[in-house]
Amino acid sequence: MADADDETLQNGKLGDKKGKKKSRFYPTEDVKKPVKNKKPRKPIKLRASITPGTILILLDEIDQGKKAIFLKQLTSGLLLVTGPSKLSQVPLKRVKQQYVIATKTKIDIGDFQLPEGLTDELFKRKAKKRKRSEDMFTEETQEDENPSQEFVEKQEAVDEHILAKIAEVEHLELYMETPFSLKKGQYPHAMIF
Amino acid sequence: MVFKRFVEVGRVALINSGPDEGKLCVIVDVVDQNRALIDGPCTNVCRKALNFKYLSLTDFTVKIRPSAKSGPVREAFQKGEIQEKWEQTSWAKRLAAKKKRATLNDFDRFKLKLAKQKKNEIIQEELRKLRKEANL
Repeated sequence: MADADDETLQNGKLGDKKGKKKSRFYPTEDVKKPVKNKKPRKPIKLRASITPGTILILLDEIDQGKKAIFLKQLTSGLLLVTGPSKLSQVPLKRVKQQYVIATKTKIDIGDFQLPEGLTDELFKRKAKKRKRSEDMFTEETQEDENPSQEFVEKQEAVDEHILAKIAEVEHLELYMETPFSLKKGQYPHAMIF
Repeated sequence: MVFKRFVEVGRVALINSGPDEGKLCVIVDVVDQNRALIDGPCTNVCRKALNFKYLSLTDFTVKIRPSAKSGPVREAFQKGEIQEKWEQTSWAKRLAAKKKRATLNDFDRFKLKLAKQKKNEIIQEELRKLRKEANL
């Protein structure tokens, strides 16, 4: 470590390889480095109450109280859900298991095969490339933030099937549209969902 | 106010808390000002002394002797058809409805709400008609 630092100092560059600025002085006390955990990460367990077709109540800030249908668990442990957006304004998206209430109500998805390629990669946001404009006054070209054509097609395919299944059950469409909220005298710990 | 229900030997009471909550029992004897000896052979309530705090008196009585054993209590309870009469009361119906409501899931509650709305709509419609007739 000391050698590398010496080199950088000798070269007159005060910083490490990543370009982060480093202190000019050596630490006066030895700082212990935490031992790196080499164990592979365990896959996140899915709650037993959540199975494909389960209606979930979303609790995340953006989707507070909205209802969605669980499709599958992705490799990252996040849940793939769809509102469908036509009913509950929830698009095909990933949600955290902790921010979800699983209801006892389920729709029968049947042997519907989800379109291939619905992975974590599809939902990841692409890192924005910073371009240094040579001319300070030219406007930066804004990147298209709309979902790709590929994504839209997959979402439509899923939603079409789910919507048909929801329509089979009486009152379920209206139920999906109506956001959940607690009324007076209702205590979530004492309720059955 | 005139009292109609008294703590007496043979008074049928509802246990309102504890492991026997919601079950009927019969007061067999009065131990002291706080407790009564109760028995419920027909409702799976063990014979024991229970504080009056946990008893709600009902309108029904059975004819038994003080400190009667479980056999005569059972006989009197069945002869008087207390359980059947109790289930007919609005008190018991309210308790049953409350119990059932606690078992509903979120979708059931939603459907219940829709049914209530529909019921109220019909009532309002009839009321409107009656009002119209009254004005004419």
